[in-house]
Amino acid sequence: MHPVSLRQVGKTYRLGSVDVPALSDITLDIHQGAFTVLAGPSGSGKTTLLNLIGCIDTPDQGEITVAGQQVQSMPDDALSDFRARHIGFIFQNFNLIPVLSARENVEYPLALAGVAAGERRRRVDALLDAVELSDRQRNLPAQLSGGQRQRVAIARALATAPRLVLADEPTANLDSHTGAAIIALMRRLQREEDVSFVFSSHDPQVHAEADEIIFIRDGRITGIEAGRNTAGGRP
Amino acid sequence: MSTWSLALRNLLRNRRRSLTTLLAMVVGLVAILLFGGYRSNIIYGTQTGFVQQTGHLQIQRRGYFLDGGDNPTAYGIADYPRLLERIRQDPVLAPMLAIATPTLQLGGIAGNFAAGVSRSVMATGLIPEDRNRMMEWNDLGVVSYARPLPLAGAPGDTVVIGTGVARKLRLCALLDAPDCQPASPPATPDGTALPDDIAALSSLEKAGPAPGAGHRIEMLAATARGAPNVASLNVIQASNMGIKALDDVYMAMHLTQAQRLIFGAGTPQVTAILIQLHHTGQIPAAREHLGRLLAEDFKEADLEILDFDTLNPIYRQTNEFMDSMFSFIALLIGVIVLFTIGNTMSTAVVERTTEIGTLRAMGLRRAGIRRLFVCEALLLGAAGSALGVLCAVLIAYAINHSGWSWTPPGYSYAYLILVRVGEDPGLLIGSVAGMLSVTLLSAWWPARRAARLVIVDALRHA
Repeated sequence: MHPVSLRQVGKTYRLGSVDVPALSDITLDIHQGAFTVLAGPSGSGKTTLLNLIGCIDTPDQGEITVAGQQVQSMPDDALSDFRARHIGFIFQNFNLIPVLSARENVEYPLALAGVAAGERRRRVDALLDAVELSDRQRNLPAQLSGGQRQRVAIARALATAPRLVLADEPTANLDSHTGAAIIALMRRLQREEDVSFVFSSHDPQVHAEADEIIFIRDGRITGIEAGRNTAGGRP
Repeated sequence: MSTWSLALRNLLRNRRRSLTTLLAMVVGLVAILLFGGYRSNIIYGTQTGFVQQTGHLQIQRRGYFLDGGDNPTAYGIADYPRLLERIRQDPVLAPMLAIATPTLQLGGIAGNFAAGVSRSVMATGLIPEDRNRMMEWNDLGVVSYARPLPLAGAPGDTVVIGTGVARKLRLCALLDAPDCQPASPPATPDGTALPDDIAALSSLEKAGPAPGAGHRIEMLAATARGAPNVASLNVIQASNMGIKALDDVYMAMHLTQAQRLIFGAGTPQVTAILIQLHHTGQIPAAREHLGRLLAEDFKEADLEILDFDTLNPIYRQTNEFMDSMFSFIALLIGVIVLFTIGNTMSTAVVERTTEIGTLRAMGLRRAGIRRLFVCEALLLGAAGSALGVLCAVLIAYAINHSGWSWTPPGYSYAYLILVRVGEDPGLLIGSVAGMLSVTLLSAWWPARRAARLVIVDALRHA
C-alpha cells in the first residue's frame, strides 16, 4: 500500500476576484520508504502539493489517501489527530517553538499524541542521540545554530514514528556544507525508521539523494524520474 | 508539556508587555477594591448607626410611620408592657434578641426663658440603660461614634439636647459643649450699642451656672387631650448628633418624663417598641415570627412591623448611590482592563502566527490553540488579581492608619476615612472573580481568531 495516493486532485486559490489554479489533475503515488522530491520552479505548485499531502490544506477536487485513509473530507479535529499520529513536518525556517528547549520541542508531538512520560523520555533520548544533539538538549532554539535547529526539527518530525515526513525546502536556509549534512542525516533516519520522506526542494544535493523526483510546472506533473540514488534507497 | 507551562513561558517571552498588562490589571483591581472597601465602610457604618439608634425592627401602630409624626398621641401603644414581656419571653425571638425597648416620640417647644429664647424640638422619651446597650451594637466592626447617654442613673427630669438646640437656646457656654458655637446675634447695621435687654441676657449667660452643671429649660407640649403641658427640665449635656438637621431639634429624656408630659396621669403609652437583634441577617426570621405573634395575641392593637431600612430611607438611598458609583467605576475599569488584555493577546496572536500554524500542523486542535491563549490570559489575570489584592490590602492598611478624615454632606463632624478590603470577603471574591471574567472575555476573541487561522496561511506569515 502506498503511504500517499492522490487521484485527480485539483486546487484553485482565489486572489481577489481572480481564480488562480495552483494544481490541476494531480494523480500520484508516493512509495513506502521512499525519498521523494517535488521539483519545479517557484510558483509551480510544489508547496501546495506538499500541503495537500500533509493534510494542512484541502483539495477542491479529487481524492487524497494518506496512510490508508481518505483525508479530503475529514473534519478538522479528526484531521488534526490524524496529522499528530501519521505525519511529521520539517520546515524551511525550522519553526521550532522558541520557548521550548531542544528536548521539549522533540517531546511536544509525543505529548500531543498522548504518549506516556516514560515512553516519551526513551523516544526523545533516542532521537536526540540520533541527531547528535544530546549535549544541547537543554538549549532553547535561539541558542542553537541553523543546522542544529534543523536537526531538532528532524527529530521532532520523527518523534511519533510517522508513516510520512514532509519537508518544505529543508536546506534552503542552510549553507551547502550544513545542508549536505542535514540531507545525509535525513537519509539515514529515513532508512532506519522506514519512513517515507517527501521534499519540495530546488537543492541539487537533495535531488541527488532522491529515490524519485516528481517534476511540477504550472500546477501539473510534467514528469517523474527515478533518482540517481534509487538503487540504494528505493525498496 | 502542559498547556499551563507553555502559556507561562509565552508570557515570560515578552516580559515588558506582560508586565505592562499586569500593571494595568493591578491598578484597576486596586482602584476597585479601595473604592469598594470605602463603600463597604460607609454602608456598614451607616447601618451600624441606624441600628444603634432605631434598632433592626420597630413595632408601631399602623400608619404612625407615614402619618403620625405630628400627632404621636393618636398612634400610641397602650398595652406595651405586655407586648414587651411577650417578645422578651418568646422562645423563638429571645435567642435573636439583643434589646427590646419602648420609646415615645413627641414634639414641643423648648424654652430658655432666662435668655428669652425658644426652639421647636423633637424629643424622644426612652429608657437610657436600654439605649446605651443598643449603642454598643457593633456586629459589623465599624468605628462607632456613638457615645452613651448620660441620662442613665440621672434624675427623671434630666435631658440631653443636640448642640444645635443648645446653640439656639444659648446654652453652649453653660454646658461647656464641644462643637457648640454660641449663636451670634445679628450685627446692628449702624454700629449702635446692644439694646439693654440683650446685653442683660448676654451677661446672664456669662454669669450662669458653672460649666457641666446643667441648666434648666422648660418644655411645652400638647397633651393627649390637646391641653398644653409644661415640664421643667435640667439639661445636662449637649451632644453632637452627627447630622445637622437632627442636631438642631434633638432632645432625649426619660420615658417616664415624656409620658407624664403627654399623658399626664392617664395610661402611659409609647409610639414604638424598638427591637435590636444580634445580627442584621436575622431580620427576616424575626420579622416573620413577630408578625405571627402580633396577629395571634395583639390583633386588636392594629400594629405593624417596620425594619430599619424602611425607617431610615436615607440608608437605602446611600446604598443605592454607593452601589451605582461602585458599578460605574468597576465598569470603567473593567472596560480599560478588557481592552488592555485584549490588545496584548491580539498582538501575541499576530506575532505568533507562524507558531500557531506550526502547532496546528503538528496536530494541535483548534481547541488546543484556544486553550493556550485563554490559559495565558488567565495566568495574567491570576497574577494581576493576586498582586492587586496584595497591593490593595497594603494600601488600605496604610489609609486606615493615616488618620485621614472627611465630613460627609449634612454631617457636622468628620469621619475617619477607612477602607475595608481585607475584612470584606464578598468584595474580594467578587472583584477577583470579575477581574478573571474580564480577563477571560478579553482573551476569548483573540484566542478564537488564533484557533481559526488557516494553517497554510499561518505558516506563510512572515
